Amino acid sequence: MEEKRVLLEYADQINPESAADYIKVGGYKGLEKARAMQKKDLIDEVKKSGLRGRGGAGFNAGMKWSFVPQDAPVKYVVCNLDEGEPGTYKDRIICEKNAQALLEGMAICGAAIGSDQGYIYCRGEYPFVVELLKNAVKSAKDAGALGDFDIEVRMGAGAYVCGEETALIESIEGHRGEPRFKPPFPGVAGLWAAPTVVNNVETFACLPYILVNGAEWFAGIGAAKYPGTKVLTLTGDINNPTYFEVPTDYKLRDVIYKLGGGIKNGKKFKAVQVGGTSGAFIPEENLDTQIDFDSMGAIGAALGSGAVLVLDETRDIVDTVARITKFFEHESCGKCNPCREGTFRMCEMLHKVNEGKASEKDLENILRLAKVMRKASLCGLGQAAPIPVESTIKHFKYEYMRKLV
Amino acid sequence: MANYMDLIASQKNTKGGIIEAFHAIQKEYNYIPREALTAAAKAFGMSEAKAYGVATFYSYLSVEKRGKYIIRMCESAPCHVAGADEVIKAIEKYLGIKTGETTADGKYTLELTECIGQCQATPVITVNSEPIFNVSPEKIPEILSAYK
Repeated sequence: MEEKRVLLEYADQINPESAADYIKVGGYKGLEKARAMQKKDLIDEVKKSGLRGRGGAGFNAGMKWSFVPQDAPVKYVVCNLDEGEPGTYKDRIICEKNAQALLEGMAICGAAIGSDQGYIYCRGEYPFVVELLKNAVKSAKDAGALGDFDIEVRMGAGAYVCGEETALIESIEGHRGEPRFKPPFPGVAGLWAAPTVVNNVETFACLPYILVNGAEWFAGIGAAKYPGTKVLTLTGDINNPTYFEVPTDYKLRDVIYKLGGGIKNGKKFKAVQVGGTSGAFIPEENLDTQIDFDSMGAIGAALGSGAVLVLDETRDIVDTVARITKFFEHESCGKCNPCREGTFRMCEMLHKVNEGKASEKDLENILRLAKVMRKASLCGLGQAAPIPVESTIKHFKYEYMRKLV
Repeated sequence: MANYMDLIASQKNTKGGIIEAFHAIQKEYNYIPREALTAAAKAFGMSEAKAYGVATFYSYLSVEKRGKYIIRMCESAPCHVAGADEVIKAIEKYLGIKTGETTADGKYTLELTECIGQCQATPVITVNSEPIFNVSPEKIPEILSAYK
């Protein structure tokens, strides 16, 4: 099975900043079509395509848009380009290869919900992407391609939690990036309390192709319940550490052994962590799973952002997971207790295990704390932080046992 | 060097733009001087305490003086398994400082960072946000000597 390139079909063949280049390969036809449609029909078309959020939560995009009250005077379209999930760089790739598709997708969303102002929140680690996007917006505005839809690019400043949509909104407003209590959801009261749709870069970039080729076409690609393609980024002990765009029914084993070219230096496979640092570690016996949202969920894992971190047989799982717990301890925003204290204690206990000072009682406490964090944390950060820990205790318990006193 | 008052003024009409103003200040000064923070708070109608809270929330903003070149070592899982620990030791040895410190000549500051999204070429460091790929302890002297 080969890659299937939709978003990245013209990668490196067009200048991503240039609206003219994009128009030459069929760009902005989707927006034209969207603008000729009734808002309700447009939202129905997106719903029918089955497009689900590519940021990790997998929520039906058209459904999300339908929550926006049509009669509100001001509404916003916000693009989440804060991809902070370690091992992930697919949104950067989409911008560097096909930025205009993102802008067109945002304008399509604007047409659907009746908004004429978009914001792109780009992570502070990508100042060059901020520049690229500013130039791309200018090129599209100059070409008249966006009509009266405006897009402003804002830069984050190194906070993983800002990938959470309400924290991202807080950051655009110039505040500390702490998640809000929900409800109200952003669709009702988001940026500056106005109804706001927040979608990921990849979600927006799918829209022009859905509009041009039709909802049925998109719904027919890949897995039935999570259709379309997914851009994956391969890292770790893999021969081809690069990006790929595949249909969502692609198997994990093929990602690693066909596209990835197998494990580096002729070593054997030990584990793969999919979806970034908050994802589960997957053992060999689950590799014949499709990458789509629901198939991954069925094995207790998640597709998440589409990052694929491969570890070979020599890797120390506990050491890697201890490092991951430090990540969450650092990135917890501190607003809610289960996450602030939980990530701190989790990091402390995992390092204790890694240093060979922990007992079986500690392992029990780790699992108890994991449960509390999952159930009681305010946002996805604290809820997902224990997943790498729990999944490795489940699948690689012997690695923990051999480090206990 | 641009005056921080001008930099703040350039963002004054950006709604909620205090973070953009901080970025503009940092681009010139490499950190946010106290008087610039006070001025930004005033310009955006925020208490100084609140502005300080914003500036210190984000890893990439600093209220402490930093060197001309800010070196960041990624220590997220993909770089960790690729040998980030050895690279950081090599950088500390080359510069003669610990992580979080600035060299006495004010030239280099060494910081840790989480994932910078360049995981196709681990381990990765950045110098003033410019990524440098596939670094190794052996390559550190050659890489850093290019920043005068």
